[in-house]
Parts: sequence; C-alpha cells; structure tokens
Amino acid sequence: MTPFFYLAGSVAIIATLLAVTRRHAVHALLYLIVSLLAVAAVFFVLGAPFVAALEIMIYAGAIMVLFVFVVMMLNLAVHAMEVEREWLKPKNWIGPALLALVLLAELIFCLSSFPDTPTAASIVDPKQVGTALFGSYWLGVEIASLLLMAGLVGGFHLGRHAIAGEEKQHVTHTDATRIDSRGDLVHAGSRGTSHAA
Amino acid sequence: MLNASGLAFIAAGSRWAQPDGQIMFLFILAMAAAEVSVGLAFVLLYHKKQLALDVDAASELRG
Repeated sequence: MTPFFYLAGSVAIIATLLAVTRRHAVHALLYLIVSLLAVAAVFFVLGAPFVAALEIMIYAGAIMVLFVFVVMMLNLAVHAMEVEREWLKPKNWIGPALLALVLLAELIFCLSSFPDTPTAASIVDPKQVGTALFGSYWLGVEIASLLLMAGLVGGFHLGRHAIAGEEKQHVTHTDATRIDSRGDLVHAGSRGTSHAA
Repeated sequence: MLNASGLAFIAAGSRWAQPDGQIMFLFILAMAAAEVSVGLAFVLLYHKKQLALDVDAASELRG
C-alpha cells in the first residue's frame, strides 16, 4: 500500500506545480483536476473511501468543471495570456515562494521528528461517516445546507443579468471593434477568433 | 489550498480510525462549492462590465 501512497502523492505534487506555472488557463485547470484525482487516490490509501469518491464527484467533477466551463465560455484563457506571461516572471513570485519555503521546511522538520509512520488503522466506511454525520454533527449538516442555499441564491442573483449582457456584448463587440483593437493588449488573442453568437 | 487542508483532516481522521476527519472534509467541500459558485458569478458579472479581466483595474467592488 505504501508505494501507492507515494506514487499518488508525487503525482499530486507534480500536477499542482505544473498547474501553477501554466500560462494558458485551461491547461492549468486540467492539471489541477489531475491533482485532485491523485489526492482522491491518497484518500483511498488512507482508508477513507467515502470522501475519496466525494472528492472525485464533487470537487473534480462539479467545482472544477464549473471553472472550466466559465473559462471556456468567457474565453478567458486567450485574453489573459499576455498578463500571465508578465505575472510568471520570477521577480513577481520569488518573495512569497521564499516565505512559503520557510514554512515547508518547518513542516518537514516537525513531521520528521516523529519516528513512527502511522498507516491506516482501519477503513472508515460510509456507514460510520453517515452515523456520525446525522448523529453528533447534525447541526453542521443544517448549517452547511444553509450555506449552500446562500451560495445558490447569491450565484443566481449575480449571474442573472450577466448572461444576457454578455450575449448582447458579443454580438456588438466582435466584428465592429476588431479593427480598433489592434493596439489593445488584452484583445490581442481575440483577433483570430470569431464569436458566433 | 482547501483541498490540502482537507487532506490534513482526512489523514488525522485516519490516524485514529474515526469518521470525524471525513465529516470535516465534507464541510470544507460544501464551503468550497458555495465559494466557487459565488466567485464565478462575480467573474461573470465583471466580464459583462468590461471584456478585460484585469485584477489591477478592479479596485472597487461596487457594481
């Protein structure tokens, strides 16, 4: 079991590193999805099959798909390529990266000072999770449902006028202003594409 | 980042073979879903205002 853990863990780390260094937004999102799948494999090894399946279904299957849909629908990747090239220069990320490296060294030191390597004691199956969820943690379940309702109402309200305005804008902006946007840095990618509204 | 903290919770729950770690991860997942939906609704709204999604230009939340 242990080689599975290390393999899935290294896949997760490499995929995340690749995700944060990509210039194209859709490439970064796809690498992030791979990282989430690798973490789900780690959850399986740790003896938590319930949240492993939930991670694939909800995190990689709903949240990341939502991200990919929005990026593809608004054509964000093409518009942001020039800005990303500027942002990925070392002088922009070297400061926070050094501080995070200090924290990582701290974490590794703390973890390595405990000599025992705990493996999964036993598999915590969904029935146990369900019993505890609706037994002792029922209040958290209610609050989580309130939070999801708030997210639903907020997302609906904010997105209601956005879609209608977006469609109108695409019809008027693409053909008429394509000639004017030659010197515009952000519209650089949209010259070759045609948005068929 | 949310996923990483959830991984820490799962590992802790697996250490003592208790379901509490998985329950905490469930709540983190629900919170991440709500946050992502509202955040992406903001992105859509901002995209309607101007085609350029420049974070430096978005200095005020009004509108």
